[in-house]
Amino acid sequence: MAEKVTITIDGRTVSAEAGEMLLWAALDNGIYIPHLCADREDKENPAASCRLCFVEVQGRPVPVPACTLPVSEGLVINTRSERVDGLVAAAFELLMSNHKLDCKNCPANGNCELQRIAKERKLRLKPKNLPVLERNLPVDNSVAGLVYDPNKCVLCGRCVRACRRGGNAVLGFTRRGYDRVVTTFGDVPLAESGCSGCGECAGACPVGAFSVQK
Amino acid sequence: MKLTEEEKIIAVETTQQILAGVDRQNRGQLIPVLQKVQEKLGYVPQVTMEKVANHFAVPAVDVYGVITFYNQFRLTPPGKNQVKICMGTACHMRGAHIIQEAWERRLNITVGETTRDREYSLERVACVGCCTMAPVVVINEEVHGKMTPTRVDGLLFAHQLDKQKAKEGNADNEQ
Repeated sequence: MAEKVTITIDGRTVSAEAGEMLLWAALDNGIYIPHLCADREDKENPAASCRLCFVEVQGRPVPVPACTLPVSEGLVINTRSERVDGLVAAAFELLMSNHKLDCKNCPANGNCELQRIAKERKLRLKPKNLPVLERNLPVDNSVAGLVYDPNKCVLCGRCVRACRRGGNAVLGFTRRGYDRVVTTFGDVPLAESGCSGCGECAGACPVGAFSVQK
Repeated sequence: MKLTEEEKIIAVETTQQILAGVDRQNRGQLIPVLQKVQEKLGYVPQVTMEKVANHFAVPAVDVYGVITFYNQFRLTPPGKNQVKICMGTACHMRGAHIIQEAWERRLNITVGETTRDREYSLERVACVGCCTMAPVVVINEEVHGKMTPTRVDGLLFAHQLDKQKAKEGNADNEQ
């Protein structure tokens, strides 16, 4: 059993395991911090790529991502500040600028991390300052019971990790920059990639990119 | 693009030669191995990626991810004539994308591909160093400045004429 430490989050004193990442300590104590790429089952290597879980740490000059901050005794955290809100708003707007917004017909409607973040932080789902860029990538429904719409993908990488844990490791990131996409070897449809149809990816997806077809 | 059986055999043999003696645990060798394959073959075929992934015990899609991430890797064999379209700042401002579209339409391929007859391959490059001539296209080592879509047609036509002449020349010699 790891040593317990006491930390302060938004004025509340909570106890957590030493060395645990702050994000999980906060979530376990009912304090919400937006997050997409963080993965509870892969605590060793946080991707820290979504840039949504910023918090202010007393004594640190700039906000830090909560998913890469191990807790230590006497840590004082503020989950909200002007700077944090600015960073999160910018990151969120960038994400939404190439996310196909179709909540009404989306299988994740009501169970979507993006909707949750927007609600918690009072952000708009539709970007205000950025134009929405549509990628128009083809939807893959080649495997029975599974639908993959890359246009809704936020590149958090949870499906890639889930596929390696529970599936046949057919998913991965390819290309670069704006063209970056989660796909299979040689960009073949899932059915030809050796996908077992286990649905781990759909379970891991925080948005509606991978979903189980009813 | 479909590879011939011969190409596949060469690819497999080359890959095996390069992989022989490379430590399976040392994943840092992944990119050097891929670079050596490209040096030998001019491109990295799918069979190579599968073999390399197997060697280092990583998912094949990760090797594919590396290949598509770095610009230096080619997925298709280069053509006999390599058309490089300059996408530097000056060429970009002078409409390099229009030139690119003209080539793509004429050769019926997209950037990074090779025509079916293996005559032409098309790629985008950064500045080639003669911005006053923008937009610039480099065919093999030959620089063509102030490109227009009509000049694309002209270059292709001239090239076809040259080829025909060479053929006729050969025929004459044989007679």
